[in-house]
Amino acid sequence: MDRLKLELPRKRYISSRTAREIRERLIELVLLLAATSSIATMIAIIFTLVSESVAFFQEVSILEFLTSTQWTPLFADAHYGILPLVSGTLVTTAVALAVAIPLGTMAAIYLSEFVTPQIREIIKPGLELLAGIPTVVYGYFAFLFVTPLLQKILPNLPGFNMLSAGLVMGIMILPFISSISEDAMRAVPVGLREGSYAMGATKWQTAWRVVYPAAISGIFSAYILGISRAVGETMIVAIAAGLEPKLTWNPTESAATITAYIVQVSLGDLPHGSLEYQTIFAAGLTLVLLTLGFNIAGHFLSKRYREIY
Amino acid sequence: MMHPAPESESPYQKIVDRNQLWNRLFAIAGLLSILVGIITLLALVGQLVIQGWPRLSPAFFLSFPGRRPEEAGILSAWVGSSLIMFVTAIAAIPIGIASGIYLEEYARKNWLADLIEINVTNLAGVPSIVYGLLALGLFVYKLNLGESILTAGLTLALLILPVIIVTTRESLRAIPNSLREAAYALGASKWQMIWDHILPYATGSILTGAIIGLARAIGETAPLITIGALTFIAFLPDSPFKSEFPYLSWNWLQAPFTVMPIQMFNWVSRPDPEFQLNAAAAGVVLIGMTLIMNGIAIYLRYRLRQGIKW
Repeated sequence: MDRLKLELPRKRYISSRTAREIRERLIELVLLLAATSSIATMIAIIFTLVSESVAFFQEVSILEFLTSTQWTPLFADAHYGILPLVSGTLVTTAVALAVAIPLGTMAAIYLSEFVTPQIREIIKPGLELLAGIPTVVYGYFAFLFVTPLLQKILPNLPGFNMLSAGLVMGIMILPFISSISEDAMRAVPVGLREGSYAMGATKWQTAWRVVYPAAISGIFSAYILGISRAVGETMIVAIAAGLEPKLTWNPTESAATITAYIVQVSLGDLPHGSLEYQTIFAAGLTLVLLTLGFNIAGHFLSKRYREIY
Repeated sequence: MMHPAPESESPYQKIVDRNQLWNRLFAIAGLLSILVGIITLLALVGQLVIQGWPRLSPAFFLSFPGRRPEEAGILSAWVGSSLIMFVTAIAAIPIGIASGIYLEEYARKNWLADLIEINVTNLAGVPSIVYGLLALGLFVYKLNLGESILTAGLTLALLILPVIIVTTRESLRAIPNSLREAAYALGASKWQMIWDHILPYATGSILTGAIIGLARAIGETAPLITIGALTFIAFLPDSPFKSEFPYLSWNWLQAPFTVMPIQMFNWVSRPDPEFQLNAAAAGVVLIGMTLIMNGIAIYLRYRLRQGIKW
C-alpha cells in the first residue's frame, strides 16, 4: 500500500480526495432533503387544512360551527354545526373500542404469557392478516353480513346503523391493539415474572397483576393508536353507518361521521372554492384536532403511568 | 403461604383450587378473544367467496363496468390500480429509503433530527382521508396535476412513506456495528460503507416493508375518492408504450382513473343485489391481492429472521 501511494502523483491524490469529500457531502445533502420530505408533508397538511378552513370561517361563525346541532351544508336551509358529525364519530369509535380493547388485551396477554413461542409465531401473523384487509371490504362485510345478522336479534335495527359499523371497526383495529400490547408485555423483564411465580402466584395472577401494570405505558400507546384508527376510519362507516348527520348517542341509529361526510361530499362534483368545498376542509381540520387531542392525552397518560424498573 | 404443606381439606387447598380455576378460565377467555378475530376473518372471506365466486370469470377481468351487472367487469379498475401502484412505488420507495438512511446513519442528535423523527411518527397517525384533502388542495388545485393517475400515485406515496421510513430504519439498526467498522477499517468512505456493505444486507427487510406499504396502498379508498376518482370509467388510459421513438409515452399519467376498492365501493352502494354480487367478486380479487402481498412479506420476514445469524 505504501509504495502504491508514493508512486501516485501527489496533486492527483489530493484532488481525488477532495472529489471524494465533495461526493460524500452531496450524497448527505440529498439524503437530508429526502428526510425533510416528511416535514414538508406535515406543513402542507396543516397549511391546506388551515387556509381552506380560514376561508370557511369567514362565512360561518365559529360559534355556530361549535354549537349548532344541525349539519345541513348542502340544503337550501344550510346549518353548519359540527356536533352531529362529532357525535357519530364518537359513538362508532366507542363501539369499536368496546370490542377491540377487551379482546385485544386478552389476546395480547394470552399470546405473551400463555402460549409457547412456536404457537405465537403462527397465531400472531394470522391475527395481523386482519389489519391487511382493505377497509372497503370490511364495509361490505358490515353492511351485507353483520347488519342482517344483528337484525335477527334486534328486529328494529335499521339497515344503516352505527352498531354494526362499530363492531366491524373493532375487529379491524383488534390486531393493532393486540400486537403492540403483546410487544410491550414481552419487553417486561423475566425477573418480575419469576419473582411473582416465586411468591406462589399463578400465571393469570402474574399476567394481570404484574406484567400488565408493568407494560401499561406501551399498552396505553396501543389503545391510543386504536382510538386514532377508529376516529379516522372512513370506508366502513361510509358504507354501513348511513350518511345522515344527526345528533344522537344511540348506536342502533344511523348517523354520519366526519370522515363519511367528507367522502359523501367528495363523490359529488365539488366546485373549487365554494363553501361546500371548504366544509370538507373544516371537517378535516376538526378530525385532525380530535386525533391530535387523543394522542396528546395518551402521551401524558402513558408518561404518567410509566413503570421504571 | 409460609405454613407447612396444606392437607387436601385445608383452606389453602381451596385458594389454590380457586386460583387454578381462574387460571384455566382466563386461558379459555384469551383463546376465545383470538378466535373471535380469526372466525370473523374466515366468515368475511367465506361470505365474499360464496357470493362472488360465480362472477369470477375471465370476462369479469376483461370487461368495463356497465349498466348490466352480469356483464360488468373490473378491467379499468385493475389497470388503474396497477398503474397507480407503479407511480406510488417509484415515488415512495427511493425517498423512504433515503430518509431512513439519513435518520439512522447520518443524523446527529440535534433538533432537526428530533423534529423529523417526531414528524414521521405523527404522520403515521394522520387519518388517510386527510391525505386525500391535502392532495385535493395541493396536487389537484395548487400544482394543477388534475384528478389523474399521477395525483393518485403521489397521494398514496405520501401515505405509505412513514411505513417505508420506519422499516428502513429498523432494518439498518439490526445490522451490527462491527460490519460498519470493518468497512471503515478498509478505507471505505461513509457512503461506500452504506452502499456496498450495509444496504445489501438490509435489502430483504426493507423490501418487506415496501411490500407491506404497497399492500396497504392498494386497499386505500378514501383518499382517492376525495381527489376525484371516478366511479365509472369505460376506457383505458393511453398505453405507456408506443411504436415510434422514444417508445415511451407519459400521457397515461394524466388520465382519469378508478381503482379496485372504488369500483367495489360503487357496487356495494347500489341498491340492486345483483351489483352487490359484483362487489363480492371485486372484493375477492382485492383481498386476494392484499393477502398475497402480505403473505409474501410475512414469509420474507420469517425467512430473513432464520437466514442471518450475526
